[in-house]
Amino acid sequence: MSDSLISDTVKDAVDIVKDHANDEHEHDVDAGDTAHGGHDDHGGHHTSLGLSNTKLAMWLFLGSECLLFGGLISTYMLYRNRHSENLGPDQLWDIPFTSASSFVLLTSSLTMVLAVSAANRKDLRNTKIYLGVTAILGGLFLAGQIYEFTTFYREGLGFTTSLFSSSFFTLTGFHGAHVAIGITMLVATIGMIQKDKISGDKAEAVEMVGLYWHFVDVVWIIIFTLVYLIPA
Amino acid sequence: MTDTLDTNTNTHNSSDEAHDEHAHHGPTDKQFVTIFIILAVLTAIEVAVSYIDIGPAFIPVLLGLMVVKFFTVVLYFMHIRFDHKLFGRLFYIGLFLAVLVYAAALSTFQFFAG
Amino acid sequence: MAIIERPTETAPEYVAPVPTASGTYGYLRRPVETEGWRSWAFTVDHKKIGIVYGVVAMFFFIVGGVEAGLIRLQLAGPDGTILSADKYNQMFTMHATTMVFLFVMPMAAAFANYFIPLQIGARDVAFPRLNALSLWVFVFGGIFLNTSWFLGGGADGGWFMYAPNSSVPFSPSNGVDFWTLGLQITGIASLVGAVNLITTVLNMRAPGMSMMKMPIFTWMAFVTQMLLLFAMPVITVALFLLMFQRSFGATFFSVEAGADPLLWQHLFWIFGHPEVYIIVLPSFGIISEVLPVFSKKPLFGYPFVVFSGAAIGFVGWGVWAHHMFASGLGPISVAVFSVATMAIAVPTGVKIINWTLTMWGGKLTFTTAMLFAVGLIVQFTVGGLSGVTHAVAPSDTQQTDTYYIVAHFHYVIFGGGVLGLFSGFYYWWPKVFGKMLSESWGKWNFWLMIVGMNLTFGPMHIIGLQGQPRRMYVWTEERAGEGFFNLGFWNLVATIGTLILGIGILLFLVNVWVTHRPGSKTPQAPADPWDARSLEWITSSPPKEYNFARTPSVSHLDEFFHRKYEDQAGEPDADGHNDSAAHDYVQVRTGEQVIQIEEDNADPNIHLPAPSYWPMVLAFALPVMAYGVIYNTLLIIVGAAIAVMAMFGWALEPADADDSDFDPKPDGPEDGEKSKELANV
Repeated sequence: MSDSLISDTVKDAVDIVKDHANDEHEHDVDAGDTAHGGHDDHGGHHTSLGLSNTKLAMWLFLGSECLLFGGLISTYMLYRNRHSENLGPDQLWDIPFTSASSFVLLTSSLTMVLAVSAANRKDLRNTKIYLGVTAILGGLFLAGQIYEFTTFYREGLGFTTSLFSSSFFTLTGFHGAHVAIGITMLVATIGMIQKDKISGDKAEAVEMVGLYWHFVDVVWIIIFTLVYLIPA
Repeated sequence: MTDTLDTNTNTHNSSDEAHDEHAHHGPTDKQFVTIFIILAVLTAIEVAVSYIDIGPAFIPVLLGLMVVKFFTVVLYFMHIRFDHKLFGRLFYIGLFLAVLVYAAALSTFQFFAG
Repeated sequence: MAIIERPTETAPEYVAPVPTASGTYGYLRRPVETEGWRSWAFTVDHKKIGIVYGVVAMFFFIVGGVEAGLIRLQLAGPDGTILSADKYNQMFTMHATTMVFLFVMPMAAAFANYFIPLQIGARDVAFPRLNALSLWVFVFGGIFLNTSWFLGGGADGGWFMYAPNSSVPFSPSNGVDFWTLGLQITGIASLVGAVNLITTVLNMRAPGMSMMKMPIFTWMAFVTQMLLLFAMPVITVALFLLMFQRSFGATFFSVEAGADPLLWQHLFWIFGHPEVYIIVLPSFGIISEVLPVFSKKPLFGYPFVVFSGAAIGFVGWGVWAHHMFASGLGPISVAVFSVATMAIAVPTGVKIINWTLTMWGGKLTFTTAMLFAVGLIVQFTVGGLSGVTHAVAPSDTQQTDTYYIVAHFHYVIFGGGVLGLFSGFYYWWPKVFGKMLSESWGKWNFWLMIVGMNLTFGPMHIIGLQGQPRRMYVWTEERAGEGFFNLGFWNLVATIGTLILGIGILLFLVNVWVTHRPGSKTPQAPADPWDARSLEWITSSPPKEYNFARTPSVSHLDEFFHRKYEDQAGEPDADGHNDSAAHDYVQVRTGEQVIQIEEDNADPNIHLPAPSYWPMVLAFALPVMAYGVIYNTLLIIVGAAIAVMAMFGWALEPADADDSDFDPKPDGPEDGEKSKELANV
């Protein structure tokens, strides 16, 4: 099984070119006789790379999400100074509170990783417990976000108040929506483990939820620094 | 609750599993907790820095801490360090493209012009 | 997910899946029909999905063509009265949107869906239900977008929808909302499809098929999917910002609130430039298959074609602001993007050279498929040459927003993208539908399209340089100028060209009808009518539902060719290489014999993924939510509820398979071996 898809592909390419540097180019000349066996699998039901399709798919999706959040973050960075004098980050942010929220989300990443670890050990009871704690911590984070947003709103910062406010609420709103979806997946996973409705590898299902959850956490790591800490 | 920790004892270099024979499985639960504590400490430092005046080092330090935390989660919690290289590469392509195009776009707005 | 056992010793008989005893809920039973509309509506078979993509895309091609026809009728003479200014704005916006998002992209998806699994030796894609989801999301999204015509008017801000012109004060009808939401919906289809196909290509190739032994169409389609994966989220951001502006009062693009309109332009074109490579790379892949077959020569420089495709995909991310040269970016940005744009001509040129050298010294047969392939090389080169003139920013400053640009992109999109698709139609039609399209109708189809497209878009270079602006609903006699370059004459020529082009395209549909109508005398096509080279031809025409009698083992690029022809010249050395420059290929088997060998060794049991209702249900939820955004918030909630219910239904459907796309060994899967994927999603 190839451990390095890209370098092997490049090596193959160079070999093909070298093989045929001297070919006569009339019809029926072949360009494909690489013949060094390539990556003959042992046949049967391996996948080409021996990897999980679902895991590949999740990582591809997360790669694309970088472009999504990158766009939202850039919009915010462009517009973060476009606000009235008394409704900007300096007046509104409550860094201690947001720090606590960030810490909660960070902790949920730990419990998530412990859930995956438990699932790998086939310890379903602890898997469900850690998944549940992760969901609760995620819910706590969201509650904190809602509290923050309603506070800002009461202080005069609505969605359409300024470019700063629109960009801020859009960015954090998208993040919050992703957290909410993550919580739904966590709870659904607990339910499906409970009712034995997960076809295929349970540990992998938990791992997939974990990858999504950690990604949502790293996006927050970026948001916390760029949006909250740096203006301060 | 049972103690479900792995019996791997290499806790003193919990962060660099490269030569650990269990490397292909990734960190143990105990090591995950250690990594978490490191992340929490880094977060605390970040918050502290936002209150203390360290002059022009402010933004570079905060950005640096952010990057360290980002990659710690990605490499260890998301397991890229221990998994098949392709997963990481596919993700990094997205990350790289995002940084590239958005930095370029922002720079046309003179965003980095100080 | 249920798996059907398909015994292959006798004619495969459909055995309905028996729901497993462990907790199957009645309403979660899988559909079982193999005939009739239900077998198409609930299919997860990539081949059926590909065909539906193709049929719907062809329908939208006609819709977009009618829109173009109306534009050209309006501009045939001075002071046209066929379309009002407002209707004209809608017409060119919807023409472009339909052609790009509802014709070319889904048609490429049709080819990718049908042929990627076949070319890599797989039985289906990695996630068959997600594949069905992509299809129906596209279909419903396309319909949703076009209902705007009946609900207040089509979108009218241009397909690039520049803000703030696209905001409510300047585009008050709901057209732009339909556009925004419709593209969000179809964007989901593209993103999901990209994840699906990339996973398929990376992880489901037949044993022995390394990446550099993959057929070239699969390679180009793979690069296209990578572009889609990363480009779609960027336009998603733009569309959300516009939606929030229009529907919820945000001021992202309101200059009076301090916004910067260039934000839209950057976000749109960061997507928009990779988008044009998304449009053209599949067609490049198609002709890279067709040219070797009809030159009786392998593709010249296969590694270079592969890597230039990857290079185009990569460098394509660095050139987007060449669509913004006249927007006030400033000289440094303009210079950087100008140079990058010139650079991207290089890998494209590499391909042109490789295609030409493929034909050089070859034994050429000019079937219709080959004509279209050669047509692409010629016409795309014309478009590429005008593109190079745009890369030079000072000259672009004169050209931008004139018909010269319109000429350029039609030559590359139509001359590149569309001609490639038509080449693919004629080439692969016998494989997909079991009959060969008529070559004589095909030649008329081809030549009328070539004459038509050149008469339509050729003069646009002239009228563009003479100053006729884009997106103007009339031109007047007094500004038309005189002499050879007067606008009047060339606008009329362009309109006549459109008519010829339209007839040419209609001839394709005539060809299809003549070939397949009841009572047609067209015979059943042979399995290998063209003496082709790649793996998808080692199947019957059309392929059986399970594609291959047994999963092929691959040891060469152009595997099918190598099973038919053996190299008689030179002695292979110790590791099987024949390093001598001379090759002498002698046919040792016919295509039919190769297929027969596979069938003689057919697997006794073949497992296929079962059909499902949920992709269509989930897809249906999206336009419901979209109508809700425009008309009634309650609908958003209803749509979201349907979506959530569909996702749970999907997750909880009976799933009793753990087999992979490859056949399990006759004595069952080995212990502890986790099977992978075809079965699970």
